[in-house]
Amino acid sequence: MATPAAPASASAATPAPAAAPAAASPSVPVPSPTPASAPAPSPAPAPVPAPTPAPASSSDAAAAAATTAAPGQTSASAPAPAQTPAQSLPGPALPGPFPGGRVVRLHPVILASIVDSYERRNEGAARVIGTLLGTVDKHSVEVTNCFSVPHNESEDEVAVDMEFAKNMYELHKKVSPNELILGWYATGHDITEHSVLIHEYYSREAPNPIHLTVDTSLQNGRMSIKAYVSTLMGVPGRTMGVMFTPLTVKYAYYDTERIGVDLIMKTCFSPNRVIGLSSDLQQVGGASARIQDALSTVLQYAEDVLSGKVSTGNTLNHFLMDHVGFPQEVKRRIHAEKIIKRIECLI
Amino acid sequence: MASRKEGTGSAAASSSSTTGPAGKGKSKGGSGDSAVKQVQIDGLVVLKIIKHYQEEGQGTEVVQGVLLGLVVEDRLEITNCFPFPQHTEDDADFDEVQYQMEMMRSLRHVNIDHLHVGWYQSTYYGSFVTRALLDSQFSYQHAIEESVVLIYDPIKTAQGSLSLKAYRLTPKLMEVCKEKDFSPEALKKGNITFEHMFEEVPIVIKNSHLINVLMWELEKKSAVADKHELLSLASSNHLGKNLQLLMDRVDEMSQDIVKYNTYMRNTSKQQQQKHQYQQRRQQENMQRQSRGEPPLPEEDLSKLFKPPQPPARMDSLLIAGQMLKICRDTLGSMK
Repeated sequence: MATPAAPASASAATPAPAAAPAAASPSVPVPSPTPASAPAPSPAPAPVPAPTPAPASSSDAAAAAATTAAPGQTSASAPAPAQTPAQSLPGPALPGPFPGGRVVRLHPVILASIVDSYERRNEGAARVIGTLLGTVDKHSVEVTNCFSVPHNESEDEVAVDMEFAKNMYELHKKVSPNELILGWYATGHDITEHSVLIHEYYSREAPNPIHLTVDTSLQNGRMSIKAYVSTLMGVPGRTMGVMFTPLTVKYAYYDTERIGVDLIMKTCFSPNRVIGLSSDLQQVGGASARIQDALSTVLQYAEDVLSGKVSTGNTLNHFLMDHVGFPQEVKRRIHAEKIIKRIECLI
Repeated sequence: MASRKEGTGSAAASSSSTTGPAGKGKSKGGSGDSAVKQVQIDGLVVLKIIKHYQEEGQGTEVVQGVLLGLVVEDRLEITNCFPFPQHTEDDADFDEVQYQMEMMRSLRHVNIDHLHVGWYQSTYYGSFVTRALLDSQFSYQHAIEESVVLIYDPIKTAQGSLSLKAYRLTPKLMEVCKEKDFSPEALKKGNITFEHMFEEVPIVIKNSHLINVLMWELEKKSAVADKHELLSLASSNHLGKNLQLLMDRVDEMSQDIVKYNTYMRNTSKQQQQKHQYQQRRQQENMQRQSRGEPPLPEEDLSKLFKPPQPPARMDSLLIAGQMLKICRDTLGSMK
C-alpha cells in the first residue's frame, strides 16, 4: 500500500500518532484533541539524547518531553527549512499513553537476527532496517521476532520496500498468528532524518511504533542497544516536530533460550569461534564445577563474616540457613537468642 | 503431521545441481562414504529453533522448519532457518510448497542463503523415529545429497544443556528406500539392521565476531540463571516417561511379530496345500491313464494359490530403532 520510494522532502503524510511519555513526565500533558498539523518529516528531528556525547537535546526522557528541548539539531543536508521546535513551552499535545508502558522486552534471537542481516547487507549500504514483531501487554511490549526489509538510502532520498514488508509479515503470520507489527529496527549509532521518514511509514502499519537501534559500528567500544518511541514536540497550533524519546530495554529469556545463549556464548572463548556440543558426561562435569564455584563463594562469605571483615545482613543469613539445612532446633535456638537480646536492649 | 514436500522447481533443482557434484566429489572412504562429516550451525539458527518451539509447540506437538545454508567441502553449514506453520485443519487450502517458495524468494532479497539444506523437528522425549520422518528425510536426501534433519529436544534442553542432534540416513538405507521394497528378502539382501538406519553427524556451533560482541553485551546486562536440573538425582519423572514410551514400542513390536508369524504360518500351510494338490493331480492322471482318458491339463498352481503378501518390515525396523534409542537415553539419564 505504501509507495516504495519517496523523496525525503515533502510528503503529505497523515500525522504520525504521537506518543505520550506521560507516565514519567512531571508536567501535566494537556490532552488536546488531535495534533494540529501533520508533522512535516523533514524538519530537524532531535536525534536522541542520553549517554552518547553526540550533540543532542536534553538527555532526560521525561524532561525532554516536558521541557523544551533545546533547539533540535538541524542536520546539514536537510533541504527543507529547518524548523526548530519552539522554546519554553511545556509538553505538546499528547493524545494518549504509550501502549504497554515504557519497557521494551527483547529476546536475544532478535539481536542475533539483526546482527546477521547487518553482516549480509548489500555493498555500499551503511545500515540495514527491518520490522519488529511481537506482542503488547499491559506493562510492556515484548519483541519476539523480526525480519529485515530491503531499502535504499542515499543523501537525500530513502526508499523502503513496503510491499516486501507486508508479504513477509503475512508469511510470518501463518506461523505465529499472535504477532503484531510493533515497529522497526535500524543498525547504526545515530538517528538520522531518514529515520523519521521510515518511522512514519511504519506508523501506518502499527499504532505508535517502536524504533530500535543496534550500534553495529561499535562506538565507544560497545554495541549499544536502544529503543525509542516518537513524540511530537513544539508549539501546539504551529508546526510540530518529531522527537525520539528513549525507552527502557530489558532482555527477556525463556529458560531454554537462556541455556542456548549460554552455550553460544562459549564461542567467545575459543580461538576459531567454534565449539562442539558437549556430551552428557561433560555437561554433568560442567554443572558440578559451577556448583562448586558457587559453594566456595558462599564459604568465603561465611568466613569473612565470622572473622568480622564483612558486616552481615539479616536476609542473607536467613536465606543461607534455610538452604544449607540447619536442623530445626538450632534454628529455633538462634532465633530465641535473638529475641532475648532484643528484649534485653529494651529493658 | 504433514510429510514435508521440499521445494519442487527451481530451488531444489539449482541447489542439487550446485551441491551435488561438490558433495559427491568429496565423499571418500569411511563406513558409508557419506557426503557430510560435520555440521556447522550458526548461533542464530539455534536461537531461532529454540524460540520456535517455545512459542508454537506445546505438549506432544512437533514443530518443524526448514534449514538454509550451504555446503563447504565436507562440512554442511547452516546459516539460517525458518519455521513451517503447523498443519491446521481449518486451513485446508494452505499450500506448503508455495509458502516455502515465497519465503525463500523473500529471503534471497535480503541476501540470506536460500539453498535448502535440510529440515528440523522438535521431539517429545526422543521418540522421533517414525515412518513420516523416514519418508521426509528420504525425499530430502534423495534430492539434496547432503541434507540432514536436526532433532531438537526441548525437554532435555530445559534440564540444563542444549540437546540438538543431526541425523542422516545411511547409504544402505537409502538404497533400500529407493527400491521401495520393504519385504524381508530385500532387507536381508541390503544387510540392514536397526542399528544402521540413521547416522549421527557431529555438530559444531560457530559465530561471527560481531555476534560474539553481542553476546558479551548481553552477558553484562542479564542475570545468570543456571539450571542445574541435570545434576538432580530425582529424575524419576523422565525415567518414567521414557519407560512408558518403551513399553508402547514393545507393544507395537509384539503386534508386528504376531503378524510376521501369521505370515510364515500361512506360507507353510499354502506350501502344504500345493503339495497335496499336486499329488492328487498326479493320482488322478494316473487313474485316467489307466482308463485310457487324456490327462487333465496342468494348471498353473500359482494362480490357484496366491502367495500371501509378506509384511513390510520397515515399520518393525523403525520400532526397533526407536527402542534402541530410548534404551540408550534411559541409560544415559541414569548415569
